[in-house]
Amino acid sequence: MSKVLMKGNEALAEAAMRAGCKCFFGYPITPQTEISAYLAKHMAKRGGVFLQAESEIAAINMTLGAAASGVRAMTSSSSPGISLKSEGISYIAASDLPCVIVNVERGGPGLGGIQPAQSDYNQAVKAPGHGDFHMLVFAPSSVQETVDMTYLAFDMADKYRMPAMILSDGLMGQMMEPVEFPDREVNPVEKPWACSGHKNKREHNIINSLYLKPDILEDSVRSRYKRYEQVENELPDAESYLCEDADIVVTGFGAAARIAETAVNNAREKGIRAGLFRPKTLYPFPKKELNEAVGNAKAILDVEMNMGQMIDDIKLYTECRLPVYFYGRTGGNIPSAEEILHEIEVCSMKGEKAECR
Amino acid sequence: MQVVFDRPKALCDVPLHYCPGCTHGIIHRITAEVIDELGIEGDTVGICPVGCAVTAYDYFGCDMIEAPHGRAPAVATGVKRANPDLTVFTYQGDGDLAAIGTCETVHAAARGENITVIFVNNTIYGMTGGQMAPTTIPGQVTQTTPYGRKPEMNGFPVRMCEMLATLDGTALAQRVAVDSVPHIKEAKAAIKKAFENQINKRGFSIVEILSTCPTNWGMTPSEAMERLRSEMIPYYPLGVYRDTDVWNGQ
Amino acid sequence: MLTEIIFSGFGGQGILFAGKTLAYSGMDMGKEISWLPSYGPEMRGGTANCSVCISDDKIGSPLVTSPDILAVMNTPSFDRFESKVKSGGIIFADSAMTERETVREDVEFHKIPASELADKNGLTGMGNIVLLGNMLKECGNRLGDFTLSAVKEAFKKIVPPSKPELLEKNIKALELGYAY
Repeated sequence: MSKVLMKGNEALAEAAMRAGCKCFFGYPITPQTEISAYLAKHMAKRGGVFLQAESEIAAINMTLGAAASGVRAMTSSSSPGISLKSEGISYIAASDLPCVIVNVERGGPGLGGIQPAQSDYNQAVKAPGHGDFHMLVFAPSSVQETVDMTYLAFDMADKYRMPAMILSDGLMGQMMEPVEFPDREVNPVEKPWACSGHKNKREHNIINSLYLKPDILEDSVRSRYKRYEQVENELPDAESYLCEDADIVVTGFGAAARIAETAVNNAREKGIRAGLFRPKTLYPFPKKELNEAVGNAKAILDVEMNMGQMIDDIKLYTECRLPVYFYGRTGGNIPSAEEILHEIEVCSMKGEKAECR
Repeated sequence: MQVVFDRPKALCDVPLHYCPGCTHGIIHRITAEVIDELGIEGDTVGICPVGCAVTAYDYFGCDMIEAPHGRAPAVATGVKRANPDLTVFTYQGDGDLAAIGTCETVHAAARGENITVIFVNNTIYGMTGGQMAPTTIPGQVTQTTPYGRKPEMNGFPVRMCEMLATLDGTALAQRVAVDSVPHIKEAKAAIKKAFENQINKRGFSIVEILSTCPTNWGMTPSEAMERLRSEMIPYYPLGVYRDTDVWNGQ
Repeated sequence: MLTEIIFSGFGGQGILFAGKTLAYSGMDMGKEISWLPSYGPEMRGGTANCSVCISDDKIGSPLVTSPDILAVMNTPSFDRFESKVKSGGIIFADSAMTERETVREDVEFHKIPASELADKNGLTGMGNIVLLGNMLKECGNRLGDFTLSAVKEAFKKIVPPSKPELLEKNIKALELGYAY
């Protein structure tokens, strides 16, 4: 198939349908609007269900219901809406249900703004809801990657029986880039656990997250964490760019990373040995890949569209062996390549001398 | 030997956890009987609330999903939209349906969602130990209205059937009780109708069942039944508040 | 080579469409391209703008902060973006919509009464494309290797097939600007 020009949001919606998403439940919020609009137009024609829910809370619980009945289901929102969905995300994780949740991030906290931000890193990676659990988090950095990761998110959610999030942002969602939809077959996974009617042929299935006995609840959580171990071994993914000989490695994800890549190229032109490390999966975090990328570095510059959220993970996973500097813009502002280049220059002068903040 | 009384097939052979005198057992039984009579257990999915009936997933023989507090109608919507041929019912208490889940309830009804809602109204939060519910009657003493519910402080109860009857998407809104054999028979007929409505794609059906909570009311089971008759029925009159076919133009 | 362009004007002037046309042409020519609109309340009756990047290499930020080329279709846009244009850059203004001249001495300035030309030729509402046509001519290879015919081809893809009259009109508007 040849390339078409599409907004990230529309491409994501198209990819979801191609990935076999049968049900979408959403609630209007900027800047994820185009996902709902696109699916409202196309879902029914292609045998799927589009339903505008009365709230974010209802939308995530409709997603829970559809997922529990065994179909591929998705909901999307932007930052404030994801907070409302966090109850449902926790129940979905606790019920071992696969589904895809899209967050087209905007500035926060509170109502915040509607311009692009990455201030929901901690929410997505550390605490998408109450309780001990994880959610897969994919962070695309181009429209094409948004498409590829949407396919992957559905597959991996089914494989590991976990919710999966596409952590996009206003920039990734609103921009148009050429994109290709790879031909692929949807291979439905057997879901013997689904609540779709036992047809008098098996015992009844129960999808539940309540365990009143602590030992049984602990066992259920521990068995889920066993699965997370597998996820952490199999799924981490990252891109390392010009890191082999880099003195300074810039770290960043999603939109911030693609801007940082320009800055890295510009730094190289100025004779600074800079590289870029970009985690593509935020949970599971590509720890091994990060350590390989900074193997020869003297310093790390973390760049994000927030006040510094991934930076703690960068320090933790590199065991604070290197100074880790930070440059971020927040509130809907987007860092420019020039600003990042300036920081690279400043940091490369500081080098090893500085303490890890 | 002839069997004259047996457990309905759609009710699992396990001990129920409900308190002595609680009417959940009756309501479970008549719901299961309806499922048996319609022969739909294999194609039915039930949604449990958060509240006393949270573990109803262990009691009904059909596939069961436990929803977050108040969200059962949204979960049911997801199941039903994904699988229009399944019969989907929710089983919810008053706190779940008429307080935290009001939004989900109202909008499922407004959409004319083809689902069946069994709404058990006992005017109190049972599971958490007897707090004021959205349906607690003025003057009623609960843990959080120790001097009785005062409307000037706590507002007024919500009459769900009356409210939902105003919505175009509601096919059936009927209030029944389970305090006597005739009332139980009536309740079963209403539940059956609510399931048949779904099978015939007539729209959203809700059966509100006035129920007792002897434990949290601080009464014996027979005193509780008497309170249901003398206090609840006058405040929540029994009857059919709406009966129509939303989707087939009647 | 990376060329960064901002189209700007009022909502309803086809600002986003003009940018999209250019982006589509670039894609067909095998370039790396990105297109990013302003969005939100700004769109509702206020100003609209979009960033277009055309490059031989991978594009970093799709948000253009200092354009090589600026096309404006109203005075507020002119005021807002004029100072951001790179030294040696080019400004195109629809002189039917703004009487301003540039105060910059280090940029090239072109004005064309695009909206008026469109009106007079039965192409009301297509001042955006007239301006684009003029841009193609004046920029030459500073825009990349864009040709008139490449942009015409792009129209065939973005104008819905159900509206063939729109295709014809867009091409006419483009030629009008190119010939000015």
